[in-house]
Amino acid sequence: MLIAAAALSLLVLAMVAVVAGRFPVVHRMVYGATMVAALVLTGGALDHLTGMSAGEAPTTVLPIGLPWLQAHFRLDTLTAFFMAMINAVAALASLFAIGYGTHVPEHRRVTPLFPLFLFGMNMVLLADDAFSFLVSWEFMSLSSWLLVLSDHRSETNREAARIYLIMAVAGTFCLLAMFGLLSGYGGDYTFATMRHTELSGLPAHLVVVLLLFGAGSKAGLVPLHAWLPLAHPAAPSHVSALMSGVMTKVALYAIIRVLFDLNGGVVWWWGAVMMVVGAVTAVVGVLYAMMQTDLKRLLAYSTVENVGIIVVALGLALAFLDSGDRLSAALALVAGLYHALNHSFFKSLLFLGAGAVLGSTHERNLNTLGGLLKRMPITGTTFLVGAAAISALPPLNGFVSEWLVFQALFRGPALPHWTMKFGIPVVGALLALAAALAAACFVRAYGIAFLGRARSAAAAHAVEVNAPMRWALLALAGICVVLGVLPVVVSTALAFVVNPLIDVQMNPAAGMGWPWLSPTGSVKGSYSATVVILVGGLLLLAARFAVRVWGVRKLRRAPAWDCGHAEDIANAQYTADSFAQPIRRVFGSTLFAAREEVEMPMPGDMEPARHRVIMRDPVWDFLYVPIGVAVGRIADLVNRLQFQTVRRYLLLMFLTLVFLLILVAVRR
Amino acid sequence: MTYEPLAYEFDVAHMIDAMVLMFGFQLLYQRRMQSVLRSFALQAVALAAAAAWQAHVQRAPHLYATAAIALVFKGMIVPFALNWLVVKLGIHRNVETALGIGPSMIVGVALVALSILLVLPVTGKATALTRESLALAMSVILLGMLMMITRHNAVTQVVGFMALENGLILAAVGAKGMPLVVEISIAFSVLVAMILFGIFFFQIRERFDSLDLRYLEYYRGDRQ
Amino acid sequence: MSAIVWQLLHALLMVGLAPLVTGIVRLAKSRLQGRRGPSPLQPYRDLYRLLQKEAIVADSASWLFRVAPYLIFTATWTGAAIVPAFTSDMTLVPAADLIALVAMLGVARFFTALAGMDVGTAFGGIGSSREMMIASLAEPAMLMMTFSLSLLAGTTAPAGIGAFVLKGGIHLDVSAGLALLSLLMVAIAENGRIPVDNPSTHLELTMVHEAMVLEYSGRHLALIEAAGMVRLLLYMTLIASIFAPWGIAQPDEPAVFAVTGLLLFLVKVVLMAVALAVFETSIAKMRVFRVADFLGGALLLALLATIFIYVSEAV
Repeated sequence: MLIAAAALSLLVLAMVAVVAGRFPVVHRMVYGATMVAALVLTGGALDHLTGMSAGEAPTTVLPIGLPWLQAHFRLDTLTAFFMAMINAVAALASLFAIGYGTHVPEHRRVTPLFPLFLFGMNMVLLADDAFSFLVSWEFMSLSSWLLVLSDHRSETNREAARIYLIMAVAGTFCLLAMFGLLSGYGGDYTFATMRHTELSGLPAHLVVVLLLFGAGSKAGLVPLHAWLPLAHPAAPSHVSALMSGVMTKVALYAIIRVLFDLNGGVVWWWGAVMMVVGAVTAVVGVLYAMMQTDLKRLLAYSTVENVGIIVVALGLALAFLDSGDRLSAALALVAGLYHALNHSFFKSLLFLGAGAVLGSTHERNLNTLGGLLKRMPITGTTFLVGAAAISALPPLNGFVSEWLVFQALFRGPALPHWTMKFGIPVVGALLALAAALAAACFVRAYGIAFLGRARSAAAAHAVEVNAPMRWALLALAGICVVLGVLPVVVSTALAFVVNPLIDVQMNPAAGMGWPWLSPTGSVKGSYSATVVILVGGLLLLAARFAVRVWGVRKLRRAPAWDCGHAEDIANAQYTADSFAQPIRRVFGSTLFAAREEVEMPMPGDMEPARHRVIMRDPVWDFLYVPIGVAVGRIADLVNRLQFQTVRRYLLLMFLTLVFLLILVAVRR
Repeated sequence: MTYEPLAYEFDVAHMIDAMVLMFGFQLLYQRRMQSVLRSFALQAVALAAAAAWQAHVQRAPHLYATAAIALVFKGMIVPFALNWLVVKLGIHRNVETALGIGPSMIVGVALVALSILLVLPVTGKATALTRESLALAMSVILLGMLMMITRHNAVTQVVGFMALENGLILAAVGAKGMPLVVEISIAFSVLVAMILFGIFFFQIRERFDSLDLRYLEYYRGDRQ
Repeated sequence: MSAIVWQLLHALLMVGLAPLVTGIVRLAKSRLQGRRGPSPLQPYRDLYRLLQKEAIVADSASWLFRVAPYLIFTATWTGAAIVPAFTSDMTLVPAADLIALVAMLGVARFFTALAGMDVGTAFGGIGSSREMMIASLAEPAMLMMTFSLSLLAGTTAPAGIGAFVLKGGIHLDVSAGLALLSLLMVAIAENGRIPVDNPSTHLELTMVHEAMVLEYSGRHLALIEAAGMVRLLLYMTLIASIFAPWGIAQPDEPAVFAVTGLLLFLVKVVLMAVALAVFETSIAKMRVFRVADFLGGALLLALLATIFIYVSEAV
């Protein structure tokens, strides 16, 4: 009940924002109320999660929607988990928006849509039949599209919104076809019926393909990811946080719901396909991220990478499930969900930090930032926590989910199929490569943007952001730390979430009890974040003590030594492009055809030499452009139908009628 | 004659075979002509060691002759002769590759995985341990072929051909009872092939002033 | 109870022995190059001298610059405290496995790279960008090596793998050999040794690790140098505990085994130090972009090690 009230209040808030949008204080109040509503939803979901036992799932049927099919809503463990996650992130993003929302370009267009977007996402999670699911999905897509389009005066934003709309509509169409297949010939579109219907053969495979196209494009799987790095940066930062951190998770929820719940019994080689797609997505995503100079596009590509990692875990769970190894399947699924949870928090932290930087300096290009840690200490420190978390550094949360994913992968060779036995080491190598490149990418992003010296006047005069933004950033950083330090608590909760789907109770501390995370028994490998932190703290104190005893406390500030070449020019330090150069040469010369060109002026010419990096986007050039060209050509051909004479139209109708009559005659 | 090899004898045999394979990978990795010749010489020495070990384990003395032939011919004479050719003809010291070094290594690993996949279903008399030597030998053969197809220079292609032949000999000594006559005839045919290659090289060099095979394609009209 | 004692002794040993090991490597290299060389105790004196000096911090540096040396040293020391050297009866052994060890070394590297960028000079950028390129290939190689070892031994903990080898689980295995080769290549890269990086170079354009810590002085530099020495000893201990674990006392053995284990460990470490010096003297440093080929080779070797298990063990 409380959840329903909170959800409906979001609709009310949207209307308030539209009506009274002229006054800035109304915007702040709307965001504040959204935060409260989101907190209520989080609390309700968590309450359900802790309160209910494994199989219980309260449902509601509302008399809205199609007349013979009312709207069904259901709250089971998976839904409750995702609701808790997305609303917690949304609450903190709203808190951020209280301070940031009025500084956004066209904020009057943004504020009403923000609660609507949240409402749509919650409804997708709660939906228990295909119709309400698809309506909520479209609601979510359209409200986020409008948010992307909010700053419509910029050409790039309009282009980004156009591509987003095309991909979103194509995705919904695939999901529509998929639900049609899932419901069989019964006409009853409720999920309850779909759970009991067994699909096999071609329809089952088509369901997986359509799901991966439809929900996968929303999540950002390569090669369907092209909209993501255009649309996520185009939206305002608190919305980007929601889109990257939360909407991609809703798409992953759809994948989990269909593959594990509605269509039980997926063949193992779909798991292999998902693993390959996920691994390629992860590596390609992080390589793209490494080449970006726009901070928000870098973060968007990094989302693609993390979605790849989650999909690898999901594919692994499917493969284990089909072979009957339920414990390993539960481990893989818990690893995937943990990574989804972690990613939603640290990616929102990073996007909100980027929003803070953008608000302070009005710059997104890494090559114009620098030295922001000293000017914006809170933003800089929380962004550091986010960057360390996404680079999978212990004792933060990113490391725990990476550890769990690798533990699940290491159990892979126990699978009976030879494709899996050979493929899993390759997938593992690709994931390890993606993780290492992600660390490189975020050293670059953080080092260029926040460390060093300011590369432009805007960065040199940045100021720290206001209180609500600071609190949001600090809260998110704190959550990242907590999720990293208490892995057993979180993974036990996730094992409970996973229980009804996989029908096994996994104990993440099976080997040695709290606080050691040892899901496969103590012999096979264990990790204890609390012990590591305690020991680390002790050793740090010992080091400080040793330095105190044997060393001196003197410290002096002086200009940088720089091997005696002290320069005052801030542009002599590394730029984002130069930092990426070694990796660009090693990895980018084949994938991106990256090369560098230097234009030297003629002797005596006072012009500066110019150094350019030229790359191509292989997915765009080899997939989207040909498809676009082909669609254009087909449209041109079909366009000729618009300009026919009356007689030709009559001829067309006559021919169609005759053709259908022939068909009827032949079938008889 | 029958023999029952002990477990450690198999282990040592596999280690030496793996060293032959590693030198095969090192052939793909090198960028300078003389390093390629040195890696090839090392591969031949490892092959000689493998043959000698098999001679000891199988108690088949004629395999010692195989080892000696491999060591002398392929470990010393052939690399020396090719080195002399390189110096005399003034060939570029850099190895020009059709496929970059990184991608060639990745394809090499894929080929090793392929050979392992191929030998896996072999069961019956052949135990898991003989399977491993077979997989290793086949990998060496495939890597030799890879070397031949991904290099432009004629000398490196000859080295690839020799490496392929090393793999064949490795497979043969692993199996029981390869007669000496076969080994001698192979060695002589290789020697004759070497002489022919040498003559061929001089001819190409005279015509094109280079041993880059792309010129041959141009001459034939295959490439503009 | 004894576990805590052994753990403390081990942690202190790692830090106390590390400068001596570095000194032995330097002495051996000098002798091989025809010089007399410094005493093996010289690194201790170097560290003390640095600690006594005033630390000079650049104007453009932030608080990260001053905090990083402590974080780097602590992360490396914590990693070293986990790998068993002479006994695996230590409290921390179940707290982290090889994956966590790789990640902790990653923490040290992350902060070193950030510290290199903090002052805003071009040399720091050179070091950080090259170091991250090397890490992007060395970390996956190490993880794949862990994968192959865990397939063989059934566990990802170094103590567990060592125990498996002691029980005779791995003989002269091709996979183990390939894994060892891969680990050696990664160890050379991670410790910044020839042929990947020259630890004693003075030419900034050839530096990788040194360029990142170019601005450090005084006690900060002492901590970073100490961290480098501990890292070298950590890798030696890792190689010894996985591939040559004879002598490491197991949890249920009497205490005297730990003492003999300690003596054996010292022998192993000295042997490895001399071997490293011989290897460094006999080979030239690679160009920076050849390092990518080198480490790519390590990654592929580790992948091969995993694949070879299937043909030898019929998993």
